[in-house]
Amino acid sequence: MAHAATHDHHDEHHGAPSNFFTRWFMSTNHKDIGTLYLIFSLTAFFVGGSFAMVIRAELFKPGMQLVQPYFFNEMTTMHALVMIFGAIMPAFVGLGNWMIPLMIGAPDMALPRMNNLSFWILPFAFALMLSTLFMHGGGPAGGWTMYPPLSLQSDSLAYVVFAIHLMGISSIMGAINIIATILNMRAPGMDLLKMPVFVWSWLITAFLLIAVMPVLAGAVTMLLTDKYFGTSFFNAAGGGDPVLYQHVFWFFGHPEVYIMILPAFGIISEVIPTFSRKPIFGYKAMVFAIASIAFLSFIVWAHHMFAVGLPLGAEIFFMYATMLIAVPTGVKVFNWVSTMWGGSLTFETPMLFAIAFVILFTIGGFSGLMLALVPADFQYHDTYFVVAHFHYVLVTGAAFAIMSGTYYWLPKWCGHMYSEFWGKMHFWNSVVWVNVLFFPQHFLGLAGMPRRIPDYNVAFANFNMISSIGGFLFGASQLIFLGVIIHAVFFSKKKAPDRVWEGARGLEWTVPSPAPHHTFALPPVIHDDELAHGHVED
Amino acid sequence: MTLPQASSFAPNVDHLFDTLLALCTLVVVGVFTVMIVFCVKYRRGTSAERTPARSHLGVELTWTLVPFVLFMGIFGWSVHLWIRLRTPPKDAQPIYVVAKQWMWKVQHPGGQREIDQLHVPVGQPIRLVMTSQDVIHSFYVPAFRVKQDVLPDRYTELWFTATQAGTYHLFCAEFCGTDHSRMRGEVVVMAPADYARWLQAHAGIGLAAQGAALFRRLGCSGCHDPQSGVHAPSLENLYGSTVPLSDGSQVLADERYLHDSILLPKKQVAAGYAPIMPSFEGRLGEEDVLALVAYLKTRGTQTEKPE
Repeated sequence: MAHAATHDHHDEHHGAPSNFFTRWFMSTNHKDIGTLYLIFSLTAFFVGGSFAMVIRAELFKPGMQLVQPYFFNEMTTMHALVMIFGAIMPAFVGLGNWMIPLMIGAPDMALPRMNNLSFWILPFAFALMLSTLFMHGGGPAGGWTMYPPLSLQSDSLAYVVFAIHLMGISSIMGAINIIATILNMRAPGMDLLKMPVFVWSWLITAFLLIAVMPVLAGAVTMLLTDKYFGTSFFNAAGGGDPVLYQHVFWFFGHPEVYIMILPAFGIISEVIPTFSRKPIFGYKAMVFAIASIAFLSFIVWAHHMFAVGLPLGAEIFFMYATMLIAVPTGVKVFNWVSTMWGGSLTFETPMLFAIAFVILFTIGGFSGLMLALVPADFQYHDTYFVVAHFHYVLVTGAAFAIMSGTYYWLPKWCGHMYSEFWGKMHFWNSVVWVNVLFFPQHFLGLAGMPRRIPDYNVAFANFNMISSIGGFLFGASQLIFLGVIIHAVFFSKKKAPDRVWEGARGLEWTVPSPAPHHTFALPPVIHDDELAHGHVED
Repeated sequence: MTLPQASSFAPNVDHLFDTLLALCTLVVVGVFTVMIVFCVKYRRGTSAERTPARSHLGVELTWTLVPFVLFMGIFGWSVHLWIRLRTPPKDAQPIYVVAKQWMWKVQHPGGQREIDQLHVPVGQPIRLVMTSQDVIHSFYVPAFRVKQDVLPDRYTELWFTATQAGTYHLFCAEFCGTDHSRMRGEVVVMAPADYARWLQAHAGIGLAAQGAALFRRLGCSGCHDPQSGVHAPSLENLYGSTVPLSDGSQVLADERYLHDSILLPKKQVAAGYAPIMPSFEGRLGEEDVLALVAYLKTRGTQTEKPE
C-alpha cells in the first residue's frame, strides 16, 4: 500500500499530459482510462441500438418488409454481442476504473499499464468483429450463443472467435486489476466491511469474470478447431456432441448474466442511500446476498437447456438451484426499499433511475422465476417471453443502473452539473417507452411467438407494432442522454461542489470536482462517519 | 389472441403458471406500492417520523425465509407435475419426425408422409420420435404447451394427447439459420373417425416395409442373415434387449442405439464382434434410417408389437 503510494508520488504535481496522443493512447491514469471505457461503451450502446432499430423496423409488420432474413439474423446476433461485450461490460469496467480508486482511497489502479492494454485491446476486437458485416459472405448470423452445428455453417466464425478471445483477455486483465486494487490498495482504515457496496459488487464480479471468461474462450476455440482443424468436439459423427457446447457455453453464460447485473446492484446500493439521506439498510445482508448470488450462478447453467432434453434428476436440480437465486435477490430488493423507509427523499435523476430499476428489475427477476419452472419453461423457452425477460433484466436493470450511475457521478467527473430538467426528460421518456417496448413482448411470448424471427404469423401483429413504436421512441430518447452528457461536459456553467449530493457519503466526495488528475497520492485519513458504511456493527 | 388449450398438458401447465404469475404480481405490486408510499411519505420536508433503523436481523430473516418457503411450495408442485408429464403412456402411438433446414418431414408408421403438417387424432397419446438432418431445431406447438429440441444424430421424444379438434401452429423454436422464421407448419387434430379416413386416403407402403426393402437393397442381410458366413450380430429380438458391448458396458437397444449402429457403428461395438460394419453416414438420410429402425423393430420385438 505504502509502496504504491510512494511510487506515484513524483507525479503528484503533474496534471494530465498536454499532448493528446500521450494523454489518451498511452494513459496509465485510472480516470482517463475510465473515461475511455465509458466513451467506448456509449458508442457501442448507439451502434448496438441502431441494430435494434433495424430489428424493430422489420418486425413492425408481419411478412418481410425491409431486410433480407440473413441480414436480420446478423442484426440479432450483432445486437447481442455489441450490447453485452461492447456496451454493458465496458460501462461497468469504466465506472469501476473511475470510482473504485476514489472510493477506497487509492492513488490509481494497482496495474496501470495493464489497465491501458485492457482498454486498447477492445477497439481492435470490435473492429475485427464488426468488419465482418462488410465482407463477402456476411457477418455471424447464428445467434450470439453460437450453437453448433449452426454456427459452424458461418464463414465469419474465425473473426468472431478471435474477437471474443480479445474481449476475454481484456475482461480478465481488467478483473485482475480490480481485484489487485481492492485487496492491496485500500487506504489504511478502509476495512473490507467498510467498503462501499459498489466496490464489493465489483470485487465479486471480478472473480466471476476470471472464473468464466476462459470457459467461453475454450468453448469458442473448440468451435474453431471443429470447423477448421477437423476435430469433433461437437460433431456426433466423430464421437462428439452438440449439447456439450451448450453445457460449456452456459457454464460461462449464466455467471455472465450476473457479471452484467452485480455491479448494477452496487450502483443502486450507492444511489438510493444518498438520495434517502440514510445509510443502506442491512449492509452486511447486501454483501452476503451478492456473494450468494455469485456462488449460485455457477450451478444453474442448465436452466437454459431444459428443452434440449436432460435427465429428470438434472432438470429438478437446476430448477431448484435457479429458484434459490430468487431468495438473495429478493433480500436485495427488500433492503433497497427499506433504505427509503424513514429517509428524507429527493428525486434527482439518479434516484429516479434507481427507483425504476428496483421495480422493473423485480419484474424481470420474476419472469425469470417463471421460466425456471421446468413445465412452464417447455412452453415459454425460446419465445418472446424470454426476450422480454432478459431485456427487463439488462435494459431496465443493467442499463438503467449505468445511467443512474452516470448521472450520479458525472458532476464529479467533469466538474459541472448536468441539466436536471433534461435528465428528467431522459428518464421519463426512457421509463415510459421501455415498457411500451418490452412489456407487450411478454404477451407475444405467452401467445407462442418464437424468438429470432424476421417474419411472423399475423396473429402476433398488434403487439409487435406496439413494441416497435416503443422501441423507436426509446431509441430516440437515448439521444437526450447523449445531449445531456455533451452539455454537462462542454457547455454547463453550473459548477459542481465537491460533495455533489447533499446526502452523499464516501471518499469520492472528499476530492474536488472535477476530480484532479491524481488523487490520494497520500493515503487519506479515514473518519468512519464520512463513510457510507463506517459503523457496521451487525 | 388467447392461446387455445388443445392438449391434456395445457390446463396443468397454465394452472401452475397462472398461480406463480399471481404470486409474483402480488409481490411486484406490493413492492411498488410500498415504494410509492415511502416516496410520498418520506419525501424531504414532510413531518413523518424518521426511524434511524439501519438493519434488523428479524426483518432480514423474515424476508429470506418467507419467499424461500413459498418458492419451495411452487418447486414441489412443479416437480410433481413434471414427473407426471414427462413420461409417455405405454399405448402412445409413435410418429416419426425429421427436421431439416427448413422444413418438418413427418412419417407415420403406416407409410403416410407429410411435410410441414402433422395429422393426429383426438384423445390418442402420440409419441413423436424426432431427429434432425442438419442443425438443432425445436418442435413447438404452443396450443399443446409442448416443445422439444430436435438434434442431429440423436432421437429426442415428445408426447402429447390432443384434446380438441382443430388446426394449430407448429413453429421451430430453436434458431436454425436464414429461413428459421419460415420453418413453420400446422398440426391438424381430427376426430378419430376422420383420422382413420385420413390415414386410409394417404396410406403408402408401411414404414417397416420401406425399411425391409432398404435392408435388402443395401445388402444388410449379406452379413446379418443367420445363414451368412460373416460373423455379425443377429438382429432377431434385438429391439428392447440389453446388448453387452466390447468395452464391458451394456446398452439398451433402443431407437437411438439402432440409429447409431447404422450411422456410427464404431461408437458402440457389440461384445464378441469385430468392428467391421461400414458406416452409412452420408449414404442414408435420417428418413431412411427411421424406416430401417422401424423394420428392425418388427424383427421379433420384446416390448412392442410389429406395426
